[in-house]
Amino acid sequence: MQHDEPMIVIKHLVKQFGNLRAVDDVSLTVGRGKVTVIIGPSGSGKSTVLRCINHLETPTSGEIWVDGIHLTHDAKNINAVRAEVGMVFQQFNLFPHLTVLENVTLAQRVVRKRSEAEARDIAMQQLTRVGIPEKANAYPSQLSGGQQQRVAIARALAMNPKIMLFDEPTSALDPEMIKEVLDVMLELARSGMTMVVVTHEMGFARNAADEIVFMDRGRIVEQNTPDAFFTNPREERTRAFLSQILR
Amino acid sequence: MSLTTGPQQPAAIPLDPTTDHSAQGRFVDRMANWPWWLLIIVFFGVLIAWNAMTSELYAAIFSRLLLGIGVTIFTTLVAYSLAIVIGLTAGLGRVSQNPLVFNVATLYVQVIRGVPILVQLLVIAFVIVPIVIDGVNLLGNALTPILGADNFLLRTKPQDVPFLTRSIIALAIAYGGFQAETFRAGIQSISKGQMEAARSLGMSYLQAMRYVILPQAVRRVLPPLGNDFIAMLKDSSLVSVLGVRDITQEARLYAAASFRFLETYTSLAFLYLAMTIVLSLGVKWLENRLNSEGRAQG
Repeated sequence: MQHDEPMIVIKHLVKQFGNLRAVDDVSLTVGRGKVTVIIGPSGSGKSTVLRCINHLETPTSGEIWVDGIHLTHDAKNINAVRAEVGMVFQQFNLFPHLTVLENVTLAQRVVRKRSEAEARDIAMQQLTRVGIPEKANAYPSQLSGGQQQRVAIARALAMNPKIMLFDEPTSALDPEMIKEVLDVMLELARSGMTMVVVTHEMGFARNAADEIVFMDRGRIVEQNTPDAFFTNPREERTRAFLSQILR
Repeated sequence: MSLTTGPQQPAAIPLDPTTDHSAQGRFVDRMANWPWWLLIIVFFGVLIAWNAMTSELYAAIFSRLLLGIGVTIFTTLVAYSLAIVIGLTAGLGRVSQNPLVFNVATLYVQVIRGVPILVQLLVIAFVIVPIVIDGVNLLGNALTPILGADNFLLRTKPQDVPFLTRSIIALAIAYGGFQAETFRAGIQSISKGQMEAARSLGMSYLQAMRYVILPQAVRRVLPPLGNDFIAMLKDSSLVSVLGVRDITQEARLYAAASFRFLETYTSLAFLYLAMTIVLSLGVKWLENRLNSEGRAQG
């Protein structure tokens, strides 16, 4: 496997929901260790692009390669790719019937076939990394939103993914909990993880992104480095969007 | 600056005039909340138990009915366990993306729900079980060159299958159809994000079902499944139609021979009632326990 090969390659991706074309001919390349932040108004198709990368949505047409593996409709192929791609959801989606520790060990044991002791060690390492090892035996409902999201990040990291996808990870959080989650994501970005992040947090985009992708109505409008994107946007549509959110 | 911009809130909410807070009112409230229904049942229960101990007729009726209690309980337990297995399988089929699996499961559920349970019992006992055994025998005959003239496929004849077995199969198939819908509803009540989170961690569909969806879904449907058990106990009386000697059949035989219809059938009804009330208290306890656990875990 060549190491200058990009981690994610998306070519001419289209996703149609009935009459609605949610993603309209999107092509995107994400390099190894790079952080790509996708921003754009609601309904612009940014989450759908993210969900196509690990096949939670089946593309209508177009092709996706993840770490050199061509994503097809074959179930084995999809499971193989998913194990390498961690995903963090807006609604956390922790398993409410399991403790925090069990949440983080379950897929390690079932998918990675790790022993209970090994899975527990890795889980505790990751829980320490996100700053809540003391909550290992609590149930998700006993945690704050920010803590739940950090457990969700630890759960994904425990699978040793090569890529982390974040689908509006702070949108369901109370304002005072957003920072604790962004701090974990920032640390992850600095550690060299390949990340694709859909977010409305412009501060994070500016600090952590290698590249910003601005989407509107299913298409990529502009793609640039954070500096150029925020200080000198090329497109009129981008300027209009930024003037709405940066005041 | 005041945050209230709407009309002024009343200074205090007046007490609900329908609630009487006097000592006499509290007494009336407590009387109204008393489980009078249980008291009435217990009263008649004591009456019948008293009769059973003092009257020779009731003693004879009860000792006769109790001959069938083993069959009633055995039928209920075995048929219910089989129904759970059938229901879970068909319920998973009802949420399957595979069109073949979905259609087979739906066909089963629709047929079962559209035919009266008594008719199902007759059809399964007198039509389906003989046809299946005949089919096995035919297969055995066809395979004699390989398996020999006296192979295991030929050993069971339709008349060898006791009516107790046929009744249990029929009740299990009938209840499996209803339980399939209970399981389906439970599975579909779990948010889509749970399946997505499990799949995004690399679990297969079946692994996600087993470790993430079903543990939550089953917990949610335990109370309706408990009520199904009570219903199964009552519907086990239908096996008397096939001559299986459960408590209902014993009652019918005794009443027909002694012409004591009133005493026999009253005692029979009370025996069922005593069992179902104990069971429904059990279901209630289970529900409370799950609710308090649910509060702890969300």
